[in-house]
Amino acid sequence: MSIDYSKEFEMIAEVYKKTGGDEKALFDKKHGALIINENKVLGKNEIKGMRIEHQSLKNGVKVKIFVEEGIKIENPVHLCFGMLPKEGRQEIYSEFIIGKNAGVEFTAHCIFSNAKHIEHIMDSEVVIGENAEMSYTETHYHSESGGTFVYPKLRGEIKKGGRFFEEFKLTEGRAGTLNIDYEIDQDERSSCELLTKIYGKKDDRIEVRESLNLNGVYAAGTAKSRIVLTDNAFGNVLGEIKGNAAYTRGHVDCHEIVHGDGAKAVSTPKISVENSFARVTHEAAIGRISKKELETLMARGLREEEAVDFIVRGLLR
Amino acid sequence: MLELRDVHYGTGDKEILKGIDLVIGESRIQSIIGVNGTGKTTLAAIIMGLNGYRPHRGRIFFKGRDITDLSITERAKLGITLAWQIPASFEGITVKEYLSIKKNFTAPEKALKLVGLNPNLYLNRVVDENLSGGERKRIELASVFSVKPKLVILDEPDSGIDMASITAIKKVIKNFKKMGTSVLLITHSERMAKVGDTVSLLCDGKIVKEGNVKEVTEFFRKYCRECDHIGEIEEEILK
Repeated sequence: MSIDYSKEFEMIAEVYKKTGGDEKALFDKKHGALIINENKVLGKNEIKGMRIEHQSLKNGVKVKIFVEEGIKIENPVHLCFGMLPKEGRQEIYSEFIIGKNAGVEFTAHCIFSNAKHIEHIMDSEVVIGENAEMSYTETHYHSESGGTFVYPKLRGEIKKGGRFFEEFKLTEGRAGTLNIDYEIDQDERSSCELLTKIYGKKDDRIEVRESLNLNGVYAAGTAKSRIVLTDNAFGNVLGEIKGNAAYTRGHVDCHEIVHGDGAKAVSTPKISVENSFARVTHEAAIGRISKKELETLMARGLREEEAVDFIVRGLLR
Repeated sequence: MLELRDVHYGTGDKEILKGIDLVIGESRIQSIIGVNGTGKTTLAAIIMGLNGYRPHRGRIFFKGRDITDLSITERAKLGITLAWQIPASFEGITVKEYLSIKKNFTAPEKALKLVGLNPNLYLNRVVDENLSGGERKRIELASVFSVKPKLVILDEPDSGIDMASITAIKKVIKNFKKMGTSVLLITHSERMAKVGDTVSLLCDGKIVKEGNVKEVTEFFRKYCRECDHIGEIEEEILK
C-alpha cells in the first residue's frame, strides 16, 4: 500500500526553502535527493550511477547510498532530514559507499525548526573508494527553544588516493545539546578535511570530537573548528590526529570565541606520530573577539554589537 | 576641523602625552613625525577614542564640538576614522563585504580603484593573512575611502611594505585631500612626512617643533633620527 506523503513533502520543502535550501532541487530530476521526515521517506530521486536504499524503522530510517565506480555525479545531491513535530526522536542510520574513482557532493539540511524536545541521532558510515571524492556539507536549522538534542556520529574510511571534505554548520537557532563524534581512517595518499562551525547561545552545550587516523603514507588531514559561545553556552572541542605512517601530514585548527561572562570554552588538540617522517601540527585559540577587529569596525561607524555580528558571521561562514 | 587642547595621557606613573596642542584645518594633510616610543600611536588612539584611551587632562574638539567623551562609533559617525599601522584580519569576510560595512557610501569597486587595486582580482578575496602587507594596507585605505570620512588618521601607512606600495599610498593620501578629507599622517619617515602640508615633530609626548615641511623634516633628520634619548631635546637646539 502506498501512502500519500505529498502534503508533508510540501511542508518540509517549504521549511527547506526558508532555511536557505534550494527547494527546486528537491523536485528536479537532475539532482539526486532524499527527503525524510520523522521515520518516513517522503521522496527520493535516484540518478544515473547513484542508488538509494532505505528502510523505515520505529523511530527513524536506515539509508544506504551507493555511488558506482567511476561515476562523477554532476549536480549536488540534496538530503533533507527533518522533524516537523515539536517533540520526538529520530534515528538515522546511514551508509555512504562511494565507488573507486567516483565523485559526489552531498548537501544535507537537518531541520528541527519547531523543536521543543527533539532528539536526533545520526549514525553514519562512510567508505570512500580508491581515488574517489566525496564532499558532505551538513547545515542544521534549529528552533530557538534549546530543546534539540543532536548526536551526529560518523565513522569513515578513505581508501588510497581518496578525498573527503566534511562540513558541519549550526549557526541558525539554538544548538541545544550537541555531541559530534567523528573518526576517520585514512589510507595512503588520501586527504580529509573536517570543518565544524557552531554558534552556541544561552545554555547550549556543545561537544565536538574530530579524529583522524593517518594510517597510510602521504595521507593528509585537517580537523578545523570554529565555535562561538555567548551567554552561558559551553563548548568542548577535541581535535585529534594520529600520524601513523611516513610522510603523513596533519593539522588541528581550533578557534573558539567566548563572548559574554557566562560562556565557557575548552579546547584540546591531541596530536601524535608513530613514524619519524610524519608531521602533525596544531593551533588552538580561545578568547574574546579581538579588540583590534572590533575597534576597526567601530572606527568605520558600526556599533559594538554590529561589529561583533559582522566578525562572527565571517568566522562561522 | 580638529583641535587638541593641552591633551595629557599616561599609564600608571608614566606620562605618554604631555600637553599636546594641535590644530588640523579642512582638506589639510598634517604629518606627525617622531621616532619610536614618542607617543605617535597613542595620539592616534586618543583622537579616535579607542577603549582605554581618554585624556587625563585637556579636551579634543572636532568641527567645534567637544568629542573628548564620545565613543569610537560616535566619533566615526561624525566623520573621523583611523587606519591602523598593522590592520586587523577578518576570517571569512571578503574584501567586498569589508568595503560595504556602511550602506550608501563609496562603492567597493570604486574604493579599490582609488587605491590602485583591480576590483576583479580583490573583491572576492578574504581579508586575512593571505593578503600581503602592501595589499592589506591598500585595502585598509579603500575601507577608509568607503566611509567617506572628514578626517582620517593614518598610523604609519608606509611601515612594512615595498617601495611600489609606498608610492601608491602617497598618491592615495593626496587623493584624500582632493576629496576634501583631512589627513593626520603619523610616521617616522621623513619621506612620508613630506606628503604633508605641514609637519609637527613629536618628542617624548610633546610637540617640539611644527610648521614648514622642509624645515621640520630636516630638523628631524639632523637631530632625531639617530637620537637615542627620549624627551631631552635641548632648548638650544630648538632655538
